[in-house]
Amino acid sequence: MTDAVLEIRGLNVDYGLGEDAVHAIRDVDLTLHRGEVLGLAGESGSGKSTLAYGLTRLLPPPGVITGGEVLYHPDGGDPVDVLRMDHAALRRFRWAETAIVFQGAMNSLNPVHRISTQLTDVIKAHDPRGTSAARLARARELLHLVGISADRLESYPHQLSGGMRQRVMIGMALALEPKVVIMDEPTTALDVVVQRQILRQLVELRERLGFSVVFITHDLSLLVEFSDRIAIMYGGRIVEEAASADLYRDPLHPYSHGLLNSFPALRGPKRELTGIPGSPPDLRGMPSGCAFHPRCPHAMERCGVEVPVLGVPPDKSTTAHVAVDQRSPADRTVACWLHPVHDDGF
Amino acid sequence: MSYLLKRIVFYVFTAWAAITINFFIPRAIPGDPVQALITRSRGQMTTEAVQSLYVLFGLDKDASLAEQYFSYLGQLLRGDLGLSFTYFPSPVSQVLGDGLPWTLGLVGITTVLGFLIGTALGTGIGWRRGSWADALIPVTTFVSSIPYFWLGLIAIALLTGPDSFFPASGAYDNGLVPNPDLEFIGSVVQHGILPAFTILVSSMAGWILSMRNMMVTVASEDYVTVAHAKGLSDRRVMVGYAARNALLPNVSGFALSLGFIVGGTLLVEIVFSYPGLGLQLFQAVGAKDYPLMQGIFLIITLSVLLANFLADVAYLALDPRTRREG
Ligand SMILES: Nc1ncnc2c1ncn2[C@@H]1O[C@H](COP(=O)(O)OP(=O)(O)O)[C@@H](O)[C@H]1O
Ligand SMILES: [Mg+2]
Repeated sequence: MTDAVLEIRGLNVDYGLGEDAVHAIRDVDLTLHRGEVLGLAGESGSGKSTLAYGLTRLLPPPGVITGGEVLYHPDGGDPVDVLRMDHAALRRFRWAETAIVFQGAMNSLNPVHRISTQLTDVIKAHDPRGTSAARLARARELLHLVGISADRLESYPHQLSGGMRQRVMIGMALALEPKVVIMDEPTTALDVVVQRQILRQLVELRERLGFSVVFITHDLSLLVEFSDRIAIMYGGRIVEEAASADLYRDPLHPYSHGLLNSFPALRGPKRELTGIPGSPPDLRGMPSGCAFHPRCPHAMERCGVEVPVLGVPPDKSTTAHVAVDQRSPADRTVACWLHPVHDDGF
Repeated sequence: MSYLLKRIVFYVFTAWAAITINFFIPRAIPGDPVQALITRSRGQMTTEAVQSLYVLFGLDKDASLAEQYFSYLGQLLRGDLGLSFTYFPSPVSQVLGDGLPWTLGLVGITTVLGFLIGTALGTGIGWRRGSWADALIPVTTFVSSIPYFWLGLIAIALLTGPDSFFPASGAYDNGLVPNPDLEFIGSVVQHGILPAFTILVSSMAGWILSMRNMMVTVASEDYVTVAHAKGLSDRRVMVGYAARNALLPNVSGFALSLGFIVGGTLLVEIVFSYPGLGLQLFQAVGAKDYPLMQGIFLIITLSVLLANFLADVAYLALDPRTRREG
C-alpha cells in the first residue's frame, strides 16, 4: 500500500459535545490510492457527508472530530496529518491538494458573483503573484475542460442550468490541479442522462490529469460503473470494502447485498429489485452489536452482542484475487459475523 | 433595465397621486381653516401671497376645479408653497430651507453612520458566532427596544445642566451668527453630540441585530463552505462571500430608513428642541400653520418615494438575480 495518497486512520466524528453527542463517524479506516476512483456508498444518513467534511476539516457546528488522523502523502514528501495542520498550512492545503464538490453543488456558487470571479479568486488566493490575465485564461481553460463555452465566464450562476453549474464546480475543483477530488453526491439533483454525461466526463478527466477521486453517493449502481473500489458505510462505520467488480459479483455484507438490489443497474445482468426492509438506524439509539442486525436477514445471536471487526474475510481470500484489478486479496475487507475475521490478517 | 423604467413610472405616478391628494384634502375639509387666518392677518399680507394661499387651499371659489388644479401644479413647480403663519411673513419654502439642513445634518449623518457601524459590528459578531462577542447580543436587543426619544430624555436628564458641557437644546449657541467659522462649527458639534449619540445608539443596535442574524444564516450556505474549502482567507470569505450576501436584505431597509430621515425625526427634534423639519412640523401643528404642514408632508412623501427608488436601484446593483436579461 505504498501508493496511498490519502489515508484515514481511526477517524471519529461527533455532533455535539458531552452527553448529547451523537457519534456520526466511528473508527473509520479508509485508504485512497493514487489515481483511483474510490466509491463511498450507503443510505442517506450513514455518515458519508460527515466523513467528507471531517477529513477536510469543514465540519459545520456542532460537528467535532474526536479522534483519528488523515494522512496526506504529497508527491515524494513525508505524509502530513491534515487534522493537525495549523490554519495557514490548512489554507494552503485546501483546494491545492484536495478539492471538494459538495452535495449541494447547485448552491455551491455564490449567486452575487460572476463565474469568472469565483473561478479566479481561488487561483489568486493560492498564487497571489499571478497576473489577472493569466488567471482569466486559466478560468477559460477550466470551463473548456468541462465543456462549457468561455463566454459563460461573465455569467451569474442563476443564468446557468443545473448541469452547467455542476460542471463549473467540477472545473473549479480542478483549478489548482489537486491530487485528490472529493465528490459528495455531485449529481444527485440532476436527471439521469446529465448525471452520466458528467460522470463520464469526470472519469475521462481523471485519466487525463491523474487525480484520485472519492466519489460519494447513495446510488451503488453508479459506483459499480464508474469506480475502481467501493466502500460501503452503515451507521457511521465502513462495513465492506472491495474492488467494484468483486463487490458487484459477490457482495459479502448483507447490507451491500441489499444496497445492490435497491437500484437498477444500467449495465450487466439484471437483478431483481428488492430493497432493504426497515429504515436506517437512529444515531441516538444505535442497536447493540452490529448496527445492521435488526434489518439483516441473516442475523445470528452474536450479531446483537458484538460489533463485528472490519478485516479480511478468510473464506474469500483465495477467490478474490481473480478480480480484474490486480490488487492483493487483502484489499477486500468486510465487517460481518458471517465472515469472521482472522486476526493474522490473511 | 425595463424593470427600473417601470419602477420610475410607478414612483412618478405615486408622487403625482400624493400631490393630487394634497390638493384635494384642504378642499374636502368642512369650513375654511385657512380663511380665518388669512382674514386675521390680511392687513400684513400682499395680494399675491393671499392669492397663492387661495390656490393652495381652494379658497379660490371663482375658478373651476380644473383651473384651480392646474394653477396649484404650476405653483408647486415654481416652489411656491404659500406663506407660513408661524414664521410670518416668510414663505414656506424658505422656512423649509432653513430647517432641512439641520435635519439632514443631524439625522442624515447619524442614519448613515448608524448603518455603517452597525453593519460592520453585526458582521463581526455574526461571523464569530459562539465567541465572547455573542454576550453583546442581549445588550443590543435591549438597547434596540428603547425608543430613541426616551434615550434622549434620559441623556438630557443625566448629562445636561447648568454646568454641563452638553447643551440641552438648540443647534448652536444663540449668541452666534451662523457662518462657517470655527467657533460656530464648534458650537454646532457641541449641540449635536447628544442628539446624534441618541439616534446613533438606537439605530445602530437594530442594524447590528439584523446583520448578525443574516450572517449566521448565510454562514451555513453551501457557497460559504465552498469558499472555506477553496482555502480563501477568512477575511475574504467573511467579506466577499458572507457579508456581501447578508447585506442584501439590509440594503433596502437602509434605503427606506433614509426616507424616514425627515418623517422620523419629529420626536428627537422635539426632545432636543433641534430646529429641523420635525420641530417645525410640531410647531406648525400647534399653531395650525396649514401651509407649513402641507409643505412638510410633501417633503416627507417625496423623500419616502425617493428612498424607495434608491432601494430598488441598490438592489438592482447588488443582486444580479433581480436583473432581467435583455
Ligand atoms: N449538523 C448536524 N447536527 C447533528 N447531526 C447531524 C448534523 N449533520 C448530520 N448529522 C447526523 O449525522 C448523520 C450522518 O449524516 P450525513 O453525514 O449527512 O449522512 P449522509 O451524507 O450519508 O446522508 C445523520 O444521522 C445526521 O442526522
Ligand atoms: Mg450526504
